[in-house]
Amino acid sequence: MTSTSSSGGTHVAPQADHGDPARTWIARIADGRAWLFLAGLIICFEVWSRLAFGATFVLNPFNVQSIAIFAVAPLLLATGQTFVIISGGIDLSLGFIMGLAAVVAAHATNMAGAAIPLPLAMLAGILAAVIVAGVPGVINGLLISRLRIPPFIGTLGMFGVARGAAYLLAGGTTVPVQNSWFALLGNGKFHGVPYLVMITAVFVVVMHYILSQTRFGQHNYAIGANVQAASRAGIDIKGHILRLYVLSAMCAGLGGALYAARFTAGAAQAGEPLLLDSVAAVVIGGASLFGGSGTIFGTVAGALVIAVIQYGLVFVNVEPFWQFIAVGLVIIISVLIDQAQRRFSGARQDE
Amino acid sequence: MNSQEQTAPLLEVRNLSKHFGAVRALNDFSMVVRPGEVVALAGDNGAGKTTLIKAISGVFQPTGGEILLRGQPVSFSTPQEAREKGIETIYQDLALADNLSIGANIFLGREPMRKAFGFLPVLDRKAMAVAAKQTMGRLDFHVSRLDAPVSNFSGGQRQAVAIGRAVYWDAQILIMDEPTAALGVPEQRKVISLIHQLKAQGRGVIFISHNLQDIFAVSDRIVVLRRGVQAGERKISETNHDEVVKLMVGG
Ligand SMILES: Nc1ncnc2c1ncn2[C@@H]1O[C@H](COP(=O)(O)OP(=O)(O)OP(=O)(O)O)[C@@H](O)[C@H]1O
Ligand SMILES: [Mg+2]
Repeated sequence: MTSTSSSGGTHVAPQADHGDPARTWIARIADGRAWLFLAGLIICFEVWSRLAFGATFVLNPFNVQSIAIFAVAPLLLATGQTFVIISGGIDLSLGFIMGLAAVVAAHATNMAGAAIPLPLAMLAGILAAVIVAGVPGVINGLLISRLRIPPFIGTLGMFGVARGAAYLLAGGTTVPVQNSWFALLGNGKFHGVPYLVMITAVFVVVMHYILSQTRFGQHNYAIGANVQAASRAGIDIKGHILRLYVLSAMCAGLGGALYAARFTAGAAQAGEPLLLDSVAAVVIGGASLFGGSGTIFGTVAGALVIAVIQYGLVFVNVEPFWQFIAVGLVIIISVLIDQAQRRFSGARQDE
Repeated sequence: MNSQEQTAPLLEVRNLSKHFGAVRALNDFSMVVRPGEVVALAGDNGAGKTTLIKAISGVFQPTGGEILLRGQPVSFSTPQEAREKGIETIYQDLALADNLSIGANIFLGREPMRKAFGFLPVLDRKAMAVAAKQTMGRLDFHVSRLDAPVSNFSGGQRQAVAIGRAVYWDAQILIMDEPTAALGVPEQRKVISLIHQLKAQGRGVIFISHNLQDIFAVSDRIVVLRRGVQAGERKISETNHDEVVKLMVGG
């Protein structure tokens, strides 16, 4: 038996860290806050709906499907935005890149449909949309990495360029798609699960893999925290930034193609209202706009929070303008929780 | 230490110069570093210490002179090339990605991968954590939270992580630019003891400091720079603070 009050005894090397070995409960709550918000919102709407109409909100499969469909496009933009925001940047051009892609998808599907079988024409249309979306992504990436233009400014310029190009290509109107397969993709279901939701789910899992399990993802976090350290560690910053903005633009490209499928038409303004929602989803999901933190599944929860607020308020018959206020409040609360967590968990705080 | 003077130099700098336009930041500078030797670089602000190590580590291209590694002339166009040849530079700041773990920082840019489910390449976090634990253990830092971001650690601990990275990748020459600046006294001690361990492992260390006490505690030799030229070189055992200060300010 060794004495606990020993004043001598063997030398023990001191612990090199003074943090808690177990993560504090507040850190856990802060990490999962988007999912907690989501659960809280669903419970609120459930209670509200039962009290007001005596009907269930969340147990109604139609509601769940609608919310999921509702979340698809903002979520696709937000996955790309998650990568960009973690790297310390922001991509303001995603909304109109999505519009451009939707118009390209519509035109390309129609044109290809005249020459090849419809299912192939559908695939050609989607592919064309994603590839064309990559072009503004390349330009964004080059502007930011080679010419050192701040992401906010570079992508704001591309916001205008993509917007103009999309309207020009659409001839100022919406472009209807004549392709039954494409329409089926946008509106069909398998065992009650819409195809759009399945595609998005698979896509999100792939993006989660890229962010959390590959070198590209790891370097993205490092660059967001400390570009100079990343560059000294031998990471090719310019190449990374270029690929990063191409990736986010292509996410918007897929979003545009799926939009065209859902509405069987391409429209330049398809993604216009979704840009800020995508940033909000990333922030509610736990990412810091200063870069270096965030996860794809956090962003999924963030996008679902926004979709539930928007759909739920309509469902319980509240004037739609309350949506803006509710989403705004959730963003602010989310950032406050993040700061509180930093203060209590012993992590390094900003001065 | 006579035995040391006979061993072949690890690094030799001959007549190195670096001019920025009309500014002669470094002029005709020569020095050697032998295995297991700690060489301190001292000098007033603007004397050219940082310029010298940047010229050695591939950040700047020297205007003239040569660098020999184990007797072979080398020239590095990027810090990456110098690192591949075993010259690692440790900066006081800006060396770590704060949001990543110790292991992730050690392997930053060279992450090990494994195959999940037999086909899917994924980051091998376990290998990173194991290597981090072993490396930090070799430096007598025992860390229990291997998954915590390095922002949770103190300045001296973070310095140890940066040194750990160099040790893990088996750097033979470590260049440290003011590694103890901005550290509290106990943490300074810890870094000094790390440098002793690097020396015991037979590595060469170039150590820049404004703190003569630190220099006398850890170095074998001191080289003094004054306005870009070598103002003197002394064995630590044969000099004292006063003489070094005189060399620094000139007379
Ligand atoms: N990139 C650069 N371009 C132009 N001049 C430079 C550059 N870097 C350093 N100098 C000049 O070279 C001289 C030496 O600077 P250096 O940074 O090497 O000094 P130092 O000895 O490291 O000083 P300190 O102790 O303050 O760190 C100074 O006159 C400085 O102005
Ligand atoms: Mg300096």
